[in-house]
Amino acid sequence: MPNTPLLTVERLLFERDDCNVFEQIDLSVGRGDIVQIEGANGSGKTTLMRLLTTALQPTSGNILYAGEAIDLCRYEYLSDILYLGHQPGVKMTLTAEENLRWMAADCGNSAQDALAAVGLAGYADMPCYNLSAGQHRRVALARLLMTNAKLWYLDEPFTAIDKQGVSFLENCMRDHAKRGGAVVLSTHQDLAIDGVRKYSILAHADQGGL
Amino acid sequence: MSSGFTDYLCRDLLLAYRRPGEAASPLVFFIMVCTLVPLGITPESARLAEIAPGIIWVMALLATLLSTDSLFASDYQDGSLEQLLISPQMLSMPVLGKITAHWMVTGLPLTLASPVLGVMLSLPAQGYMPMVASLALGTGCLSLIGAVGAALTVSLRKGGLLLSLLVMPLYMPVIIFGSATVQSAIDGFAWSGPLAILGAMLAAAIALCPIAAAGALRLTSIN
Repeated sequence: MPNTPLLTVERLLFERDDCNVFEQIDLSVGRGDIVQIEGANGSGKTTLMRLLTTALQPTSGNILYAGEAIDLCRYEYLSDILYLGHQPGVKMTLTAEENLRWMAADCGNSAQDALAAVGLAGYADMPCYNLSAGQHRRVALARLLMTNAKLWYLDEPFTAIDKQGVSFLENCMRDHAKRGGAVVLSTHQDLAIDGVRKYSILAHADQGGL
Repeated sequence: MSSGFTDYLCRDLLLAYRRPGEAASPLVFFIMVCTLVPLGITPESARLAEIAPGIIWVMALLATLLSTDSLFASDYQDGSLEQLLISPQMLSMPVLGKITAHWMVTGLPLTLASPVLGVMLSLPAQGYMPMVASLALGTGCLSLIGAVGAALTVSLRKGGLLLSLLVMPLYMPVIIFGSATVQSAIDGFAWSGPLAILGAMLAAAIALCPIAAAGALRLTSIN
């Protein structure tokens, strides 16, 4: 089914403590799309990301992967997504390479190459507590080079990353979209990529924001 | 396709190896407290021998309880738990891997160190084998049951007290049959009965606790 979008979100509603965090999220992400989720602090960007990654269950509404409800194709869906959250998920006592060994199971590239590409060439064998916050972030970003996932969910991926890192990440996303993958990211920055679709949460929420 | 069991077993063992001080603290606690007993109660070997099985078992239980708190805590803080929750494989297998690693760095050393403490507490000779056997099975139960409590309390900032309250009642059968194994051997009875019950508890815990802990982790992630 080449015309079916990779991800379809229908009338997604999420309640927390009897109050809607947001309602009526309708979103469709096709192959080659880069979707930027926008919204003020506290408007529910991370919540939306966590709903999409199944870490949270929506109160009502559907999330479809290639036209099929994700509850029905859970294994396929979760094998095809990659999620980078607020916390990089980097273990401080492990080295950068060991971290990647456990985080990125489906290696296309070797961990060494991926680390070199994110600018951590000499740091592969150093325990991560010796690295800075931005370098932790880069270790997590190296996963992007080692995955076969089609759908990337990046929650504030630019936090603590320097300018070269930002342009590297933008290149990564552009290449991924060209290969037929899709990216959903939340950020407040403007991206230097053409054809980024913006999706504003605030416009769809009944409350929230300032 | 890997189930994630060995991945997480190896990962947690490596993490423990990198932080030897943290990993050894239950064992150090166990040994120190058992050393204090002759000083605090009596150095008289006849009276010590009476209470030795119970003391060793209580201390092993407390030492395990101390370390259970941290089973999922660091994964929760650095975000790797979130990654685990959205991984495609069945959640209970990586959880079982983590629990096994936890037992190998807490329960197993406690079991191996217990004969030394038996000498210190003048445990009668016929009590050593049953003690090692019952601790090997029993600490496995303790790790598995504790994991359910740790999973339930992982998102709480000060979950330690609640964890003890949750887990303590479930620990009771383990300590009852554990110390009964040693006691009946000392009293000259067959000790295979209580040990078999401990084994049955361990078998049930291996089957059920990883599933319960996985479910609890999913529950806590929702809030």
